[in-house]
Order: sequence, then C-alpha cells, then structure tokens
Amino acid sequence: MAECRRTFLKRVGYAALGAGCGLPLAGAAGRALEQRRGAATAPAKQWGLVIDLQKCQSEAVRRVCTEACHREHNVPQVPDPDEEVKWIWSEDYANVFPDQTHAYTAAASKVMPVLVLCNHCAHPACVKVCPTAATWKRSQDGVVMMDMHRCIGCRYCIAACPYGARSFNWRDPRPFIETIRPEYPTRTKGVVEKCNFCVERLRRGGEPACVEAARAVPGGEGSLVFGDLSDPDSDVSRLLRRKHSICRRPSLGSGPSVFYTM
Amino acid sequence: MNDKPTILVGLAVVLLGLTFPVWHSLAPGRSVEPPDLELPAGRLRCVEETPYMRAHHVDLLDQWRESVVRDGNETYVSEAFGESHRMSLTGTCMACHTNRRTFCDRCHAYVNVAAELNCWECHVDPSNP
Amino acid sequence: MFESAFRGGVRYWMLLGFWTVVILAGLAVYGRQWTDGLTVTGMSRDVTWGLYIAQFTFLVGVAASAVMVIIPFYLHNEKAFGRMVVLGESLAVSAVAMCMLFVFVDLGQPRRVLNVLLYPCPQSIMFWDIVVLGGYLLLNLVIGGTTLDAERNGAPPPRWLKPLVYLSIPWAISIHTVTAFLYSGLAARPFWMTPLLAPRFLASAFASGPSLLIILALVLRKFTRFDPGKEAIAKLATIVTYAMLFNLFFLLAELFTAVYSGVPDHRHPLAYLFFGLGGIRTMVPWTWTSVLLGVGSVALLLLPAVRRHENLLAAVCAAVIAAVWIEKGLGTVVGGFVPSPLGNVARYAPTGPEITVTLGVYAVGFFVLSVLCKIAVGVKAEAATAGLDSGQRMDGGMP
Repeated sequence: MAECRRTFLKRVGYAALGAGCGLPLAGAAGRALEQRRGAATAPAKQWGLVIDLQKCQSEAVRRVCTEACHREHNVPQVPDPDEEVKWIWSEDYANVFPDQTHAYTAAASKVMPVLVLCNHCAHPACVKVCPTAATWKRSQDGVVMMDMHRCIGCRYCIAACPYGARSFNWRDPRPFIETIRPEYPTRTKGVVEKCNFCVERLRRGGEPACVEAARAVPGGEGSLVFGDLSDPDSDVSRLLRRKHSICRRPSLGSGPSVFYTM
Repeated sequence: MNDKPTILVGLAVVLLGLTFPVWHSLAPGRSVEPPDLELPAGRLRCVEETPYMRAHHVDLLDQWRESVVRDGNETYVSEAFGESHRMSLTGTCMACHTNRRTFCDRCHAYVNVAAELNCWECHVDPSNP
Repeated sequence: MFESAFRGGVRYWMLLGFWTVVILAGLAVYGRQWTDGLTVTGMSRDVTWGLYIAQFTFLVGVAASAVMVIIPFYLHNEKAFGRMVVLGESLAVSAVAMCMLFVFVDLGQPRRVLNVLLYPCPQSIMFWDIVVLGGYLLLNLVIGGTTLDAERNGAPPPRWLKPLVYLSIPWAISIHTVTAFLYSGLAARPFWMTPLLAPRFLASAFASGPSLLIILALVLRKFTRFDPGKEAIAKLATIVTYAMLFNLFFLLAELFTAVYSGVPDHRHPLAYLFFGLGGIRTMVPWTWTSVLLGVGSVALLLLPAVRRHENLLAAVCAAVIAAVWIEKGLGTVVGGFVPSPLGNVARYAPTGPEITVTLGVYAVGFFVLSVLCKIAVGVKAEAATAGLDSGQRMDGGMP
C-alpha cells in the first residue's frame, strides 16, 4: 500500500506541476501568436530623420538637441562616463562613419562632431534579440519602442545594437535628474533606454524635441528634418531625393531611418 | 502509541495558528476600521464606478499601458460614464488623487499589498517629484 | 534513495557547511546588488556583459559535456562508462543550475524574469536558450533519478527511459549550440559573428567538461568507496585530448582569418586580447596564460604516459579547465565588446562584489553536486552490497 500511495502522490505532483506550468505557458503561446499576426505587416508609416552634418557643426545646435531631449524625457546626468545614459549626443565622424574614413581623410574631418541617436532601423537587431518583446518596432509608425515595464534588464539589445544607441540604468537614475518633469516618467534601475522619436509628442501632432529645439537656434533651421519616409511628398523624402545622403554602417543590412547629408 | 500526545499538541498549535487572525483581531476591544482614504474634493466620480475601480484598477492601468505604449492610443472612453480621459497615471489619476500617501498607500497597507507599490519608481508623483 | 543525502560523516557535513558559508556571503553581496543595481559590478556602458555571463557561457559547455559519456555508454555499449554516467548527469544538473543562477544575477530587473516565459519571443535566441536549458535540467533530473532509483531496487530502468536518454544526446548538443547562436548571429559584433563559434564552443566544452569529470571521479575515489574505474577515466582522457586538439585547431583557424585578412573589425578585438589596444592591457596576461595552458596541456595529453599517471592527469585537466575558462568566458565575452560600436576601447575588471556573487553561485552548484554525488555513491554502495549478497553483477563493470 505504501508503494501505491507514493505513486499516487508522485502522479498528483507531476500533474500539478504540469498544470501549473502548462496553463500560463499555453496562455503565453496564445499571446505570442496574436503578437506575431500583428507584427507581420510592414509599418504604415516610417518616421525618419535627416541630419545636416554641416549645420550640426554648430556646438549650439548640438547642445540644445541633447539638452531638450534629456530634459523632456528625464534622462539622468550620470557623472561616471562608464554609466552614462544618453539618448542623443555627439561623436567624432571617424567613430560614427568608420567605413567612410581612410588614411587620407582630413584630420579635421575625422574629429568633426556628428549627432548620433537610435536609428529606428527597418530591420532592428535589438528587436530580434529581445526575449520579452520589451522592445519592438511599432507597426503604426515604425518607431523602435521601449516598454519599460517589461524590460528585464538582460542587456541583450545593447549587445545587438550596431550603433551603441542604447543605455542601461546601472543605478537608480533619479538622484541624477536635475529637475524631474512630471509630464514624463523617469526610468528605474535595471532597465535599458534610448531615443523614442518623442512618440508622446508625435501622437499629439507635434515633432521631436530635438528637431524643435534645433530650429530655434540661429543657423539651426534645417539642421534636423523629421518626417515620414514612406510618404514621397514629405520633407525628408524630398530632401533625400535632392541631396546626397549617407547612413551609418549600411553593409550590416539594418536599414536605419536616420540619414546624414553634407 | 506514544505519538498521540505529540500529534494532538501539534494539531492544536496548527489550528490556533490558522485561526490567529480570527481570534486575535476579533477579540473584544479590537475593532477593524476601514482605511481612512482622502478622497478628492469636488470631483464626484472616477474614471469608472468605484466598486469596479477598487477591484480592477490594476487591470485598467495595464490596459492603459498597453494602449499608450504599444498601440499609440492615449484616449480612454469610460464604459460606465462615456467620458473621455487621457490614459496617464500621473496626468489623469493623480490629477484628482493628488496625494498617494493618503489614498493609494493607505488602502494598500490595509489590504497588505504595500510592497507592490513600485509605480512611483518611474512614474512621477506630482506631490513629491 | 535521498536518505543518503541526509546521512553522512563529519567530512560530508563540513563540506556542505563550507559551501553554505560561501553561498551566504554571495547572498549578502547580492542583496546589495538588488538594492543598488548592477553598478556594484565592473560592467559599463560599453562592456555590458562580464563575469556573470562569462560563467554562464563556460558552464553551459560543462553541462553539455555529459553527452560525452552518454554517447559511448548508451549508443556504443561501452560498459566502462557505467559508473561515470551518473557522475556526468550530476555534473550536468549542477552546471545547468549554476547557468540559470548566473543569468538571474546578471539581470537588471530579476523580479521580472518570468516575462521571458509570459511573453515568448521565438525570434529571440535567448528565449530558446532558456527553454532548452530548462528542458535539459528536467531531462537530466528524470534520467539520473530514474536510473539511480532502478539501480537501488536492483531492477533494470523502465523502458520509457531509453527514448529520453536518446533525446538527451541532441538536446545536450543543442544547449551549447543555442548558446553559441546567442553570440554568432549579431552583426554588430564581428568578433562573435563567426560560423565557427558553435563548433568552438562544443570542442572546448568537450575538453573542459570531461576534464572536470575526471577530477571529480578522482576526488570521489579518494574520499569515498565510489570508483568509476581506470578504464573510464582513461577513455575520458582520450576524449579530452581530441576535443582540445579540435579546439586549438578552430582557434588557429579563427586567428588565421583575422590576422591574414587584416580586416580591422576582425583584427582589433584579437589585438586587444593578445597585445592590448589603446593602452588598455588588462586582458593580455590572461590571454597568454590561456594559450600556454591550452597548448601545454594538449602537448602533455598526447603522451600516453601522462594520461595513465592519474595525478599528473588531474593537473593537466585542471590546466585544460583553466585555459578554456579564460578563453571562452572572459576572452570571448569581453573581447566581443571591444572596440565598442563607436570605436571605444573600454577597460573591464570584475569588482569584489561581482566576484563574491560569482563564488556564491559556484558554491550553490558545488553544494548541489556534493549532494547528488552523495546520493549516487550511496545508491551504488547499496546496489553493490545487494549484488554481492545475491551474487548478481550490477551494471557498472566492476564485479
């Protein structure tokens, strides 16, 4: 009889384990199928940005872009450069376009400051690798978005991003935010963040904070042009047809939505 | 069997432990007060009806989050009252419930789920930014 | 069967006590990481994976290497491996447990870890890694537990076990292949994006895992009455030799492509590891140590005299483990982040808290391994006694 009781208890235990794990997993599978159906189509719209390299030489233009973005989104100012969090900032031309730099590139060109940010790629590697879909490409506007509630902080997306566009919160960011803007949340420690093309402004018909701020600077008009790449009549589409443009690391096939003109 | 007294004592201890909330709280002289929640002045009603909000405010917030973050839609139409609201914890909920400590925290402490209130790690508490 | 875990001599309890102390130290420091965030580690904006993921990568290999005893024993009827199989499975269980713990302690928001199962993303290799690791853990627990149980009862294992054993073979290969695919599909990291990464991982796993098994077997033989047998150890040594040869060959192939082609994207991470880059030379001594240990151990392993001399073999195995641990763990993981996508050469060094948490996780693994080995030794002892009494020969090769 002891053997029968033991077997019975074992069977009940396995059944409970199976149901306990199986039911939520079945639910999750259902949700995954729904998500896949939604993500199959190409985005209805693709927001894009064209940056004028010449106009962005201006330190004022670049500074207000970074300040406006970081102020708008409560991005912390972490003093330790190893733990920096930044959404849009300047880097040297040679580091941004290594495939365009050669032994005889003028020294001045190599250190020319270039604004860099998330490229909201057509084929984002970060989206491919995220194990929880905490980052995904939105089907309505092509923005590569972050869901701060779902991010588990595994940093796989940072490993996958070819542009170094993402930052991780190594510590609680709040002590490093000078003035918290209540209209936008902060992040907490342990999640990844990056530029979101100001979707909170876009959904009210506005434009990204950096674009707006750059325009207000003398000489900054036209330094950052924002619009719908899939609309042939938008400012960005017409600009890209008219001027020669480059993008970062095209050979990787990521399909960035941020372009640079001379 | 000389295990019988041990078993009976053990059973008694377990029963006492299981029924602790009953005989400890309902002992004479100890009444259970509902939490003292500071309700917003003037405003007559919430996004949905109060019993629904009490039971489902987390589901509602989850729904708002998915809608704003994933679908890009921030307008919510109340099922009970038909009014439109902007889906925002800080912008809408806290516009009326201005002080989380006298509202949210009090009820959560009463039902003993205070540990789960990490909304304000990210979302800004206007009364205490 | 599990009673042997609770009945032991002073040395057994002291061993468990030692692991417990280390676990508690790790837990205490992890508490600080829980409240302060991952800033307590040495990772940075450019090097976002470090010691924790390095251990994870190394240990997945160790877990997969159990297949190197399963294949000969179950597919080719190599009776010599009879007593080694249970050790291999115990090592696999403890390694997978450590793998999952290392991923957990590396997470920025560990409370949300279940999101990986609640929101499955089949296009993410990390999702599959967690699925196959979980499955492998279950497989090994079931196979090991059922086999031991059957032995204890003096009966052959149930028939449904064989298909599970056969399943565990490709599954073991898959866990380490999937882990390699985590790295080798990233266009952003040319150091990792090589088709050779999965074969390299498997080769180094099949060198380091059986090396660990050899050392474990020798330790058990010294301190208990459990003896997997000279033949099993000798065969394992042969496996280590071949695997290490393949590993070195693959590494040479990688070096050739990078160095001969001279393509900067491929050359720079290797330069960083071997000679230092941008004035940062922290990885250089580690890299050369790994090369010396790796080449030296293979040279020695090629001599049959060394493989037969068990103390020398143990030392050489330790060298193999150290070489693979450095190359696969720190070398592969940190090397992939330098230079960063924006050309930055970062310095990485694990901090004290990071090392303490790592040691704590290892202690959990060794605790589990100690308990599992105790159970295995207990069951084998019982079975041997029963066998002697009834004159039957028990599976294991040793009469």
